[in-house]
Amino acid sequence: MLSPSRLHIPRAPARPGEAPDFSYLQLSAAGAVPRPEITVNASEVTGLATQLVRVLDNTHQAVGAWHPHLDPAELQIGLRHMLLTRLFDERMQKTQRQGRISFYVKCTGEEAVSVAAAMALEPHDMLFPAYRNQGLQMVRGQPLVALMNQLLSNTGDMCKGRQLPVMYHSSAARLFSISGNLATQFPQAVGWAMAAAIKGEEHIAASWIGEGSSAAADFHHALLFASTYRAPVILNVVNNQWAISTFQGCAAGDSPSFAARGPGYGIPGLRVDGNDFLAVYAVTRWAAERARKGHGATLIELVTYRASAHSTSDDPARYRPRDEAERWPLGDPIERLKAHLCVLGEWSEPRHTALLEELEAQVTVAWKEACIFGTLSEGPRLDPALMFDDVYQHLPPHLAEQREQLRAARAAQGKG
Amino acid sequence: MPNKNIRDAINETLKLEMRRDPRVVVFGEDVVGGLGGSSGIEEAAGGTFGITTGLAAEFGRRRVLDMPITESAIIGMAGGAALTGLRPVAELMFIDFIGVCFDQILNQIAKFRYMFGGKADVPLVIRTMIGAGMGTGPQHSQALYNVLAHVPGIKVVLPSNAYDAKGLLTTAIRDNDPVIFCEHKAIYTESCEVPDESYAIPFGQAAITRTGKDVTVVALSRMVLLANAVADRLAKEGISVEVLDPRTISPLDTASILASVAKTGRLVVVDECNPFCSVASEITSLVACEALSSLKSAPVKVTAPHTPVPATPHLEQLYVPSPAAIEKAIRATLAG
Repeated sequence: MLSPSRLHIPRAPARPGEAPDFSYLQLSAAGAVPRPEITVNASEVTGLATQLVRVLDNTHQAVGAWHPHLDPAELQIGLRHMLLTRLFDERMQKTQRQGRISFYVKCTGEEAVSVAAAMALEPHDMLFPAYRNQGLQMVRGQPLVALMNQLLSNTGDMCKGRQLPVMYHSSAARLFSISGNLATQFPQAVGWAMAAAIKGEEHIAASWIGEGSSAAADFHHALLFASTYRAPVILNVVNNQWAISTFQGCAAGDSPSFAARGPGYGIPGLRVDGNDFLAVYAVTRWAAERARKGHGATLIELVTYRASAHSTSDDPARYRPRDEAERWPLGDPIERLKAHLCVLGEWSEPRHTALLEELEAQVTVAWKEACIFGTLSEGPRLDPALMFDDVYQHLPPHLAEQREQLRAARAAQGKG
Repeated sequence: MPNKNIRDAINETLKLEMRRDPRVVVFGEDVVGGLGGSSGIEEAAGGTFGITTGLAAEFGRRRVLDMPITESAIIGMAGGAALTGLRPVAELMFIDFIGVCFDQILNQIAKFRYMFGGKADVPLVIRTMIGAGMGTGPQHSQALYNVLAHVPGIKVVLPSNAYDAKGLLTTAIRDNDPVIFCEHKAIYTESCEVPDESYAIPFGQAAITRTGKDVTVVALSRMVLLANAVADRLAKEGISVEVLDPRTISPLDTASILASVAKTGRLVVVDECNPFCSVASEITSLVACEALSSLKSAPVKVTAPHTPVPATPHLEQLYVPSPAAIEKAIRATLAG
């Protein structure tokens, strides 16, 4: 007898008013996951796509084959970059609330994802960020004033007032421009990596997208090309559990993980504790070495939690339990690295407090300097003529004419 | 009659049509929101702008589906579902995202009926957000309805107020051809009197929002609000401006435009699109070809410049057609 076909409608594990539920998360003990050779084929390491690479254990010790044995001085630099990222986020969020900037995206709880990865890569490797990877900007030494000028769309703005806040770029720091339309950077990163190989360069590329964006066709196209040409690229999926109000399972479907998308394309997929600085560092190093030596691409899923709103335009209390962030089982990346350094005898509360004060002062000084270039409400403003530049390499006659019309209209109103 | 804003009028229309016809379903990103637990309807986010709030609670999650972030699949599957007789209202969060689903729109959905020898109905509505004014930059602020209007087989709707939004969306959902319903993101909170009961406004029927005899201003979407304000101001100087809102650009009510120009002899078109191959170009061409002899002066187009939309409010304001530019255009036609 025939029966009606059925539709499965995925449900978030918990919504407002319900108790947070992370029982869907598969966790591995720190040190439990083996570290294969970089020459390995994707089919030999499918287990890595569902296990979770972790280095820091519950007593804040680094354990297992993925322990990267970093110098404590390096770890202290990592802690500094993560703290600066968090303080910068908090200050910029506050300025948005005050109406000084129009929009902001925090990465609170996800700082290790960007900071550890950028530190594991070489300065000439090309990075293709998503909009929640500000830690990459910090590690690559982007001046805070440059970032703030972009957020303010002021006369010092690298984007000349044209892009949404947080869509930074820097050719000198080898940071690709961020796109508001999702996942486009993935095939671009693969293309950049293929071009580097075609030109005989030693550099590799790395890109990041959210788990929600992995639904986009660009994600799948990128994996196919990376596999076909064994492109020297690292493809990162930051699984922070939420795509605005949509929970991760909507994009995962019945797949056990996002890393598991890799083996289907012949690309090793590694699932890593994204809040474990050492684990992110170690896995990125492994993937980078693999890419550099011609063994091809790696897909890395960074399991983390978006502790803040998606952006300044949404309120997470409307779609997830209020106390979900506190109940996240993988903790906070900054607290965990700090505890590890303390266990090593390489950090202390007084040093931490002093660093916080130093970084806060750095952010304050930078903000004052950025405001000199103008804010939404005061100071110098971008020349309206700039609107017509860079549409084409050479200003065509019709744009020159439109620019002149605007100038004349403003002059008639006694402006400009 | 109660006052409602455009957002609430659209939400109400979706509810009315879903109650009326079980085949109406809603597909999109974040359209369900935070429904669940003890939170009830009020806590549901219902899309980034709250347009779909309460739908999942009333109609169940089989008829309101949150979808993965892939517009090519959302629009493609909605086209497939429409062919089966469902009447999907698919949300394309920003019209700028047609970049990734244009193949489904251009080469599939718009042409199904034609290519299948007339055997297929395509009762699909794509609701999408258009326009500048919110500082959302080059990839989230475009108008682009002109691009869609160019494609045979689809209808393109541009409501400028809550009353029209409700009546036009009702028609769109009941229509058996694919419809792109373009909501301007900067006017969602504009309100006017809107009846509680259901009503349909036919496509291809312009509205005269201000009656006048000296000059015809054809304005689209948000530009209607600006044109009305300019008309009211100039009325005090004794300049009588007729403002015409086509409401749909495909089909376009050419008869009403020509009738108005026949009366006034002057034409200004206000269109937020980039100027080249814009709807403003289409309308001025229509008047030049069909009513040249009734023109007392050259028509004037008021559009955005031929550049992307800059994000910063200071430049964005200069990008969007301004009341001053509309007034200047009107005076130019009167002087000519």
